[in-house]
Amino acid sequence: MHSVNNITLKIWRQAGPNAAGHFENHTIESISDEASFLEMLDILNERLIESGQEAVVFDHDCREGICGTCSLMINGQAHGPQRGTATCQLHMRKFESGDTIVIEPWRAAAFPIIKDLMVDRAPLDRIVEAGGFITADTGGAPDANLIPVPKPVADASMDAAECIGCGACVAACPNGAANLFTGAKLTHLNLLPQGQAERFARAETMVETMEEHFGSCTNHGECEAACPKMISIDVIATMNADFAKSKFKNRKKLSRI
Amino acid sequence: MSFTLDSKVPEGPMADKWDNFKENGKLVNPANKRKFKVLVVGTGLAGASAAATLAELGYQVDAFTFHDSPRRAHSIAAQGGINAAKNYKGDGDSVHRLFYDTVKGGDFRSRESNVHRLAQVSVNIIDQMVAQGVPFAREYGGQLDNRSFGGAQVSRTFYARGQTGQQLLLGAYQQLARQIGLGGVTLYNRIELVDVVVIDGRAAGIVVRDLVTGEVSSHSGHAVVLATGGYGNAFFLSTNAMNCNVTAAWRAHRQGAAFANPCYTQIHPTCIPQADDFQSKLTLMSESLRNDGRVWVPKNPDDPRGAAEIPEAERDYYLERIYPSYGNLAPRDIASRAAKRAVDSGAGVGPLKNGVYLDFSAAFERLGQPVVKERYGNLFDMYERITGESPYEMPMRIYPASHYTMGGLWVDYELMTTVPGLYCAGEANFSDHGANRLGASALMQGLADGYFVLPNTISNFLAGWLNKPIPDTSHEAFKQAENTARDRFSRYLSIGGTRSPDHFHRELGKIIWDYCGMERTEEGLEKALSEIPALYDEFNKDLRVTGDGESTNQTLEKAGRVDDFFQLGMLMCKDALERRESCGGHFRAEYQDEDGEAQRDDDNFAHVAAWEWTGDPMAPNRHQEELEYEVVHFQTRSYK
Repeated sequence: MHSVNNITLKIWRQAGPNAAGHFENHTIESISDEASFLEMLDILNERLIESGQEAVVFDHDCREGICGTCSLMINGQAHGPQRGTATCQLHMRKFESGDTIVIEPWRAAAFPIIKDLMVDRAPLDRIVEAGGFITADTGGAPDANLIPVPKPVADASMDAAECIGCGACVAACPNGAANLFTGAKLTHLNLLPQGQAERFARAETMVETMEEHFGSCTNHGECEAACPKMISIDVIATMNADFAKSKFKNRKKLSRI
Repeated sequence: MSFTLDSKVPEGPMADKWDNFKENGKLVNPANKRKFKVLVVGTGLAGASAAATLAELGYQVDAFTFHDSPRRAHSIAAQGGINAAKNYKGDGDSVHRLFYDTVKGGDFRSRESNVHRLAQVSVNIIDQMVAQGVPFAREYGGQLDNRSFGGAQVSRTFYARGQTGQQLLLGAYQQLARQIGLGGVTLYNRIELVDVVVIDGRAAGIVVRDLVTGEVSSHSGHAVVLATGGYGNAFFLSTNAMNCNVTAAWRAHRQGAAFANPCYTQIHPTCIPQADDFQSKLTLMSESLRNDGRVWVPKNPDDPRGAAEIPEAERDYYLERIYPSYGNLAPRDIASRAAKRAVDSGAGVGPLKNGVYLDFSAAFERLGQPVVKERYGNLFDMYERITGESPYEMPMRIYPASHYTMGGLWVDYELMTTVPGLYCAGEANFSDHGANRLGASALMQGLADGYFVLPNTISNFLAGWLNKPIPDTSHEAFKQAENTARDRFSRYLSIGGTRSPDHFHRELGKIIWDYCGMERTEEGLEKALSEIPALYDEFNKDLRVTGDGESTNQTLEKAGRVDDFFQLGMLMCKDALERRESCGGHFRAEYQDEDGEAQRDDDNFAHVAAWEWTGDPMAPNRHQEELEYEVVHFQTRSYK
């Protein structure tokens, strides 16, 4: 087992949404490279608490890269340097002794800071509430094998459905746009046969809700690079196509499209 | 006795009980449903599906989650799949067979009627989730694909890559989101339950603490549903998410809800072994890996060679050797204990010799790497991210870890606890898995409870309260509960000791793991029951919580949860001590046969132990619900 030594942490501290924030420096003298990045923060926090200081607030939960709760800008990169990896799955073996690591919250106008490294991502939920579902009340579903879903369709839908809703795409975007998030949900549902009935209504309401809260996409592609699930920017093209169609297709003739 | 354990199992033959209940249960007409408010706490599979369905039916629903969004609950981390008796493979599956496998898998310690209902509605769950757009794996012809799982000889597990839990939770979350958008559900996020309020013997509401502002407030309703997950984090190290806790169930227990079978905890055989002392949690590698992976240790415990250099003849494929008919797919408790024996014998592998190999080289030869990658690619990637080793190049190392808790709040057939109007769904209740849960059954139970059971049973209670006044939050009992909660959180802040809540949690977890983990003995449990109260005293004197109670304070949240884990830990050990037999996940070393297999005592312990809170965590009262088996007859569980 190896250790990483003498790490300087510059951590964003902010007492509340309206308080001024600042960087606070801490030194980690030595830590095993088997430790995860968040375990390093756990160790720091335990040290802070036991020396009478307030622990650094940060969102985290499953630590398996699937719940989407963890965030953190690490050296200016959403979820840190390892591609396709959420902060909770990042390990200290990806860092070198002597490194300075800057840790900030997601920076986006739509995500106000609650405290320290914790932000409010509720606008993402508003987008789903606006149309990110297939209306299927409990009880009336037909047999699951009644509608075949070709494997390539199911696979493409699943590729988009892997989104964990962490908001890294928004944090990485220079415009603070949520197009990758919204495009992923729309692509997941709009590719499936079950999703056709509401396809254009869904595209319209989700995109318009997104635009109420978030910035506009100008095709930088930073979102795809930051996404811990490596969701392809193609989902944005799918979304744009369906949104455009939602404005001119005659929905009475949906079955003819 | 302040409660009676009336299981309210409906009349009739096993296969007709659920239909009989639905035909005879009381209903609330559609126009009256909006007069009832239901509080749903927790928004995992069970909570989200219950809240969404109740709102679809027309009830007013308030949903509560301590997460920032209802999409985060730990249901999301379930990897392998969800069982359903669809028999799409034509391999002889049926509702009866799923029912039978689940009762047997639970080691004859579950309530038959509940399990039968679970198997019945399993088929509806798949239909429902597909209709909602869950992208389950498909065959090339477009039909749903299945795989097999531990404890079953048929292929009945539906899956979405290695992220089945994620896709099912997002499905339920989306139905919930739809209802939030429509105004049927009011969502309260970043809010934690801190007490349950019971007035005149009926659940009147809950007291919650806002995790952003620290404000304590109350909500009243006609019924309260707790869908707040399991208590596996009592062990500190487990595969549960960091924030999983027992607080909601425990606070309900303190208000009169019986806690059943707390000693039934499941240790999952395929987790990544602990790498160091600072480790914050353990990561599960889906049991589905055992479909194609072979478990082995070197025959020579001191073999210095790497896995690849050890020839076939010098490997001990111990599961295939001991359990030839189920082999690597032996149920979880059995596979876990076999791994423990291998490691305890000194044959463990890895730098700390604390694991066994799970080897895919045979699968690579048989299927080719691309097929294996298609099935398990994301799990292999996750393993590599955590350990720095590639399972394509060397076998995985695995070891058992606390994963799921079969015990939980006692509920009757209608999922109501011993407190009228207080329901409990999903992992938080004790109902369907007996002493051991089969793989791919947790998702099934959570969704069964939330989508199909609770929405049908809750009206049977609510119908009796139509147009009757219920106490609102200005009632004295709410004010008193709020003050008690405020005092409790102020106390944590004012102790001013030296150690963090995590320190105490870690120490508590070690005691529970050592003495009430994979193997228990009378002596060990007695020891735990002296050590836990001593550590609890220290917690109450030496705890340090920094920060304040008026803004986000995760240290304070944690203090409250650890406090409840202490009291639960005592009950787990008491329950394990009193259950003088081995069954499922509860293995008492004194009760085993000459081959080291669990020895049940059906004459004396074919019952549910339901514990009553007395005010003293060390002196709870034990009640029994006798289990009667009409259909499945006792047999020694053998997977050989």
